[in-house]
Amino acid sequence: MARKRMIQAMNEALLEEMERDPSIVLFGEDVKASLFGDTKGLWKRFGADRVRDTPICEALISGMAVGAAAAGRRVICHMMFGNFVYTGMDAIANQAAKLRYMTNGQIKLPITYLAVSGGGRSAAAQHSDAIHPVLANLGGVKVVMPGSPADAKGLLKSAIRDDDPVFFLQAAGRGGEPGEVPEDEYLIPLGRAAIRRPGRDLSLVAIGAMVRPALKAAEALSGEGIEVEVVDPRTVVPLDLETIFASVRRTGRLVVVDEARDTCSVASHLAALVAERAFDALLAPIRRVTVPDCCIPYAPVLERAILPNVEAIERAVRETLAWRRPA
Amino acid sequence: MAAGGSNLPREELLEMYRRMVLIRRIEEQLARDCAAGKLPGPVHLYIGEEAVAVGVCRHLSERDWITSTHRGHGHFLAKGGDPARMMAEIYGRADGICGGFGGSMHVADFSKGIIGANGIVGGGIALATGAALAAQLDGDGRIAVAFFGDGAANQGVLMEALNVASLWKLPLILVCENNGFSEFSPTATVTSGSIAERARPFGVPFREIDGNDVIAVWQAADVAVRRAREGRGPSLIEARTYRTRGHVEYEVTFITEPYRDEAEVDAWRARDPIDRFARRLREEDPGVADELAAIDAAVEETVRAAVRFAESSPEPDPASARGHMFATAP
Repeated sequence: MARKRMIQAMNEALLEEMERDPSIVLFGEDVKASLFGDTKGLWKRFGADRVRDTPICEALISGMAVGAAAAGRRVICHMMFGNFVYTGMDAIANQAAKLRYMTNGQIKLPITYLAVSGGGRSAAAQHSDAIHPVLANLGGVKVVMPGSPADAKGLLKSAIRDDDPVFFLQAAGRGGEPGEVPEDEYLIPLGRAAIRRPGRDLSLVAIGAMVRPALKAAEALSGEGIEVEVVDPRTVVPLDLETIFASVRRTGRLVVVDEARDTCSVASHLAALVAERAFDALLAPIRRVTVPDCCIPYAPVLERAILPNVEAIERAVRETLAWRRPA
Repeated sequence: MAAGGSNLPREELLEMYRRMVLIRRIEEQLARDCAAGKLPGPVHLYIGEEAVAVGVCRHLSERDWITSTHRGHGHFLAKGGDPARMMAEIYGRADGICGGFGGSMHVADFSKGIIGANGIVGGGIALATGAALAAQLDGDGRIAVAFFGDGAANQGVLMEALNVASLWKLPLILVCENNGFSEFSPTATVTSGSIAERARPFGVPFREIDGNDVIAVWQAADVAVRRAREGRGPSLIEARTYRTRGHVEYEVTFITEPYRDEAEVDAWRARDPIDRFARRLREEDPGVADELAAIDAAVEETVRAAVRFAESSPEPDPASARGHMFATAP
């Protein structure tokens, strides 16, 4: 084990996978300069053929990824900010997510789209959306949301080796967060949730960047004798329902923390699934801690007022535990 | 038989004729099938534009890539796609080239380099650019061709593709089929300036040609294909042609006011690419008439066989509707 920042772990994953598989081509805006640090050094190591700076033209590059993959390449396409995915959305929603299905499985589309997602850095409304619900709703793309540096590395390597389009969404502004990363090669499979902290009283499912505040809240509540089980789905497509349902059946209570806007968030989807299939196990209504249906503001004090935080999570946990069936 | 000084071998000229006739007869069948209510979904016919697909695709092997449009039957057949399996696909049958999951707007056969028709206007342009990048990295002389219409020329992605393909010298040929209409809008009402000349500021060679003259198309494609295979970069060809059918076959059910003059359609019918080519072949070699008649008869039989194949194919199993979303199932 060594202590590394998330962005370093991602950089290692990219380097190792491009070394391992010469069919990989990586392109995107400023991947040479590397705004976030994830693609740092790749151009120097692998050359201008395999690592390409593109113009700022998301409509083209998101579709080029599909064409190059259809023609036999393994592709890593850097979309930079999650909000820029919207500009490239035709090729993502209409081509990447559908071409295999429409052609009866004639092809594989091994594409990893990289983007940062979510707020917290005063980047304002057009650089701060948590875009995973939009992508999860497409049906034909997988969506990975790592919650730690070790997961980021193992999940990114799996994403690159996967034969389907995968969005790897790194939580914006969290690239600098350190964590222990194994030295030896390892993969973390897509679709396998992790129990970050066991607990008997309530299941707290936290997605991507929300894992950290969820663990802090769980730690604080533990001091009061409240034992919360923190579940990190790690990928929202596929979603490891087995692990989540098993946890809910053990604890009887569920709070989901999701940095998405409330309407059609993954938290909403998960709440619906649990209500539908595990209603008998519930001792209290499911609670969601999400972002209200508004834009992400600029001023730090405004942004803090909008995004889920430790206090909001603690409050939701307490209220769920305090709930009693009306007489 | 030189066909306008092209010096093309006789067999090649007859093969171009055969492919154009095949596309025409298959689509006339589809027009009848649509009118008879036999097709589950919409079809956009390529009748009158066959010379473009054939003149370009005769330069391509199965290892080259093409992307096509919602009006894509002609490209599929010109590139060597199987007419019977295409017919079964449009009928929505299990033996369709896409198992009934795609239909007319998504006929594709990757084993023949056909990345497929595309329901999104301009949707194939970025895909072909990506395939050209893969071809360039492979370095084995393969190329990619994007067929698109004048409507798609107004999508911004064309400019993005011209820019990147020129910068990276990608083996890409952009073939604009200017058929006079952007769905129901005459091109002049929605398109300013020249489409071909949109390539000029990017330093991409361009030509505007008579898209109803298969030899002219063949010759323009010859230059562009050579350039691409030699690693000298992309080209744009604007082929002027005409959509003699409507935008979509069932438009008679909702178009109440005509959007074009019948006289205009008749004038273009007089320039029909297949009639013109056949006339030219006969003028240069009266002896060819028997061979053309034999090709016509063989194509008629191919179309009948395609219909029989499609009609006898079962409908897909409803239990398979979830299809092949992922290669690695979650």
